[in-house]
Amino acid sequence: MSAIFWKEMADHFGRRRFLFLLGLVVFGLLWALSVALREIPGVFRSTDDFLFLQLFVSSSGVLPPLIFFISFFGPLAGIILGFDSINSERLQGTLARVLSQPVYRDAVYNGKFLAGAATLAIVIIAMVISIIGMGMFIFGIPPSGEEIIRIIGFTVVSIAFVSLWLAMAMTCSIFFRSTVVSSMVAIGLWVFATFFILLLASAVADFFIEDVTDPLYFQVESWVSRVSPSFLFSEATEALLSPGVRSLGPLLQTQVSGLLTTPVSASQSLGLVWFHIVAMVSAVAVFLALSYTKFVREEIRS
Amino acid sequence: MSTTLIEAEGLTKRYGRFTAVDHLSLHLDEGEVYGFLGPNGSGKSTAILMLLGLTEPSEGWARVGGFDPTHQPLQVKRMVGYLPESVGFYNDLTGRENLRYTASLNSMPRAQAELRIATLLEMVQLSEAAAQLVGQYSRGMRQRLGLADVLLKEPRLIILDDPTLGLDPTGVEWLLRVIRELSSQQGITVFVASHNLHQVQRICDRVGIMSHGRMVVQGSVDELTSMEEGSHNIEMELHGATPELMKALEALPSVQRCGTSGAYVVLESTAEVRSKAVEAVVAHGVELIGLRPRNRSLEDIYLRYFQEE
Repeated sequence: MSAIFWKEMADHFGRRRFLFLLGLVVFGLLWALSVALREIPGVFRSTDDFLFLQLFVSSSGVLPPLIFFISFFGPLAGIILGFDSINSERLQGTLARVLSQPVYRDAVYNGKFLAGAATLAIVIIAMVISIIGMGMFIFGIPPSGEEIIRIIGFTVVSIAFVSLWLAMAMTCSIFFRSTVVSSMVAIGLWVFATFFILLLASAVADFFIEDVTDPLYFQVESWVSRVSPSFLFSEATEALLSPGVRSLGPLLQTQVSGLLTTPVSASQSLGLVWFHIVAMVSAVAVFLALSYTKFVREEIRS
Repeated sequence: MSTTLIEAEGLTKRYGRFTAVDHLSLHLDEGEVYGFLGPNGSGKSTAILMLLGLTEPSEGWARVGGFDPTHQPLQVKRMVGYLPESVGFYNDLTGRENLRYTASLNSMPRAQAELRIATLLEMVQLSEAAAQLVGQYSRGMRQRLGLADVLLKEPRLIILDDPTLGLDPTGVEWLLRVIRELSSQQGITVFVASHNLHQVQRICDRVGIMSHGRMVVQGSVDELTSMEEGSHNIEMELHGATPELMKALEALPSVQRCGTSGAYVVLESTAEVRSKAVEAVVAHGVELIGLRPRNRSLEDIYLRYFQEE
């Protein structure tokens, strides 16, 4: 499997589409820079201490926050690396040749998936580290331990999130022979899971609960929305990067009254998003399992 | 004492209601060159896929080197080199890099792999083109690179699926010579599928002919050519043959049948009949333009199945 992994890694870094990923890093950095520059005047008046987290969650003027940018382009990066991984080899006739070598089929698949996930991880880590570096340069202070823990958590969630889209796109590349069809289906699923599921969630909530002010309405809506990885991602990043967030569900007036507005600790926030990380990783597992059942017993014609 | 390398019994592959391979039985000894012949779509490629575990048989079983390709694919693939019908390479890698990848998939130590790759590139006359991207290779070069790729793992058996397809005559000559050499010098068993009888016939120890998923005839080339009775059949080209002459020819001793095939009169005979036939023709005042033995029965068999297509 390591042979396949390294070959695929070399491919990812050598191809033109890697420029897209590189562009993402640069773009994300500029984005954070614009936030930082806008933040500076308010820095010393700011009451909360989480300056570095602000880089990710603050919106600067018309620009939405950086996490929005990641939740939008991250899936695209995953799809771009995965949508043609198996079917292009099939079309090229290399799949039959590779599979007539002494390697298991799942090794081919795993090698490709791990190489893609590693590439995405490198891109995300590079972006996060360069943003922190830039922040240190501008603010003149290092991030606190608390911030570092939260940013690491955020990085892990982001990697799980884009890997999920990679796994989804690779599943498409197994089920659809044509690379065009597979890319269209992958993007279609992404659009559905990112935008339409939210409409669907409201519709479902509307259908079951008449009273919009009922807390249950909001709960049903969030549970349906959580089918969407993008919703999971935005909830998880919100909890991780905004230490003020203490619950992802609705809070009643009675529950909030008398509450201190101090931030919760990093471990509390991690506890809050634990479910989200597990959900994303299991979604990856589901896609991999789907792919295996199709790919492992399939006929490979040249 | 030769050992069995490929064995298959009742091997069948169905796609829905269509049967691509119908109860195929095969037996190949180590060191043989076996020609697997048949028109396009006769099930040759599907049979090969089953031998390699690239598709599962619907029925029957196969053993390659004693291993079951479906359940022990790695053991099979370790000793079998397979050249697919249209061999694919990574176009954005050079010829040498493509071979390196194959070597790493076979977990060959790097130094050993480099040595072997250089030897093989030399053998397939691609040493100079080795640093070129495969995307720039011609069909013939790809095919030669394919052969090097197949031989890289030092296989006991190579399976070639229509290797001469799309090659020019010199390319075909070269390929057939190399196959023959591999067999005679290195003792590699060769299983070559082809739809071109003429090209493959002369390098094979044995051939099998497939038609509509069935093996219709199998044996050594010599056996098959002399298969039809006695092989003393002749064909004559006559100018103005008369019905009386035909009767006279049919009445000759040992002649089984006298008929026409196109412009020719064909005599099926169990013994030498040429001089008697000529006498009869002359006696009837018919002009004899040509006469030759007709014992190309392998080709006849082959053509018969081709025409059914």
